[in-house]
Amino acid sequence: MARMKFLCDADRCIECNACVTACKNEHDVPWGINRRRVVTINDGKPGERSVSMACMHCTDAPCAAVCPVDCFYTTADAVVLHSKDLCIGCGYCFYACPFGAPQYPRVGNFGSRGKMDKCTFCAAGPEGDSTEVEYAKYGANRLAEGKLPLCAEMCSTKSLLAGDGEIIAAIYKERVTQRGYGSGAWGWQTAYRETIDV
Amino acid sequence: MPDNRLGRVTLQVIAAFMALTLLVAGPVYAQTPSGSNPTAQAVNEQQLLDELQKIEGRVTLPNTAAGLLEQPQGRDYRSFHEGWLPWIGGIAITGILLLLALFYLYRGRIRTLAPESSVKILRFGALERLTHWMTATAFIILAITGLNFIFGKRLLMPLIGADAFSTWSIWAKYAHDFVSWAFMLGILVMLVTWAWDNLPDRHDAHWLRVGGGFFDKTNRTHPPAGRFNTGQKLIFWAVVLGGIALSVSGIFMLFPFAFTDINGMQTAQYVHATVGIILIAVIIAHIYIGTLGMEGAYEAMGSGTVDINWAKEHHSAWVERQQAKGAIPPRSAAEPAE
Repeated sequence: MARMKFLCDADRCIECNACVTACKNEHDVPWGINRRRVVTINDGKPGERSVSMACMHCTDAPCAAVCPVDCFYTTADAVVLHSKDLCIGCGYCFYACPFGAPQYPRVGNFGSRGKMDKCTFCAAGPEGDSTEVEYAKYGANRLAEGKLPLCAEMCSTKSLLAGDGEIIAAIYKERVTQRGYGSGAWGWQTAYRETIDV
Repeated sequence: MPDNRLGRVTLQVIAAFMALTLLVAGPVYAQTPSGSNPTAQAVNEQQLLDELQKIEGRVTLPNTAAGLLEQPQGRDYRSFHEGWLPWIGGIAITGILLLLALFYLYRGRIRTLAPESSVKILRFGALERLTHWMTATAFIILAITGLNFIFGKRLLMPLIGADAFSTWSIWAKYAHDFVSWAFMLGILVMLVTWAWDNLPDRHDAHWLRVGGGFFDKTNRTHPPAGRFNTGQKLIFWAVVLGGIALSVSGIFMLFPFAFTDINGMQTAQYVHATVGIILIAVIIAHIYIGTLGMEGAYEAMGSGTVDINWAKEHHSAWVERQQAKGAIPPRSAAEPAE
């Protein structure tokens, strides 16, 4: 089994937000929820870089650790998923997540957030693969169909890579060697406690 | 000279073409050690984290808070929440239970020395008792539902299963969010009604020196005390100050991100959980001494009246003051009938 990872090559990201749109469309994500977002650092200044960020599917994920009802689980592909049936919407995972990935529909009084929603690496949730009930809760299950996450698949500059960590690291490494520069694999040190040496 | 002019134009075109070629070929230089590097000015993840501890940028979403790209502080939150907190909670609560058990074995129930008289005096009025029991009920609900966030998945979930535990936890969360308002109201009313009687007075130093008479097995040590003795004052201020800390940090969490950013939310949790645990331990001791631990203590908050002999033993200065004010029968009338 592969160890699935995301990698955003910030030197290629053009902040087109197609990954964000693709994600919202593919999973029919409600208003106000963004499983993926593009953050621009030093916007308008020399050296500006944009990074597309979603759940990084961390090794030893902090969200899973702090969840008071243990609603998270990690798949054989090392994708971090959760059960919306068990989630109580307490918001602890958002406080623990280094990447701001967990999202909440924000309904109800006094911090009642509703069931948490986040990037599933297009692997949906615990319900049966590619069922209607699974789609309604978690969105499409592309992994079950042998496809990779749509955000990366349709990235126009191939800045966003998704797939087996070793393969995407090798692709990135080759790129950096060929073009002679690279600002590194954003978030990898925090998420996977390792980075790509180039 | 047309020839010359033509030559000049040709030269300009060639120069412009060469400049363009250089411009287009620019990035090629990046591959050479001497060439320009297009990432020379680029932001660097590690450098940003080292300098700012987190990475923020701009997003085109209405939710500008989503511009926070990375906050490794989530790791500290996790290590507090899953590392420190269960230990602090476990030690504080089992610790206080153990101490109380040891104290009970050593001292037993603290009895009233004088026999029961026929005279009962009012110790807590209806409003005071209502406030106490409203706050107490709220606190017990909040304590149980709050502890559920820490220990539920460790102790209860293995017993009842993930689904039942999730259902219970959702209701526990709602209870915690809504009952908190009764607790906050109670804390405010308590502060207003009891703060004056809980200010330090001349009896406190002596009371503390003899340990409130708690450790005198002969039951002869009864240091004079006003309406509240020093121990009760300490409980009061722990409840009021702890309650205010819980209320403020709790309001931060009831309205997430309304007043603060993510690190503020994490701090609110650190404060809320730590103060909550300490206050639960304090209240366990308070419940013990108010019920099992001391004869006659429960009546004060139960019926609101206490036996005058009990009051003389435990709150002599208060009884004297009440007698002087004429609020209760004077000394002679209060003597037990022989």
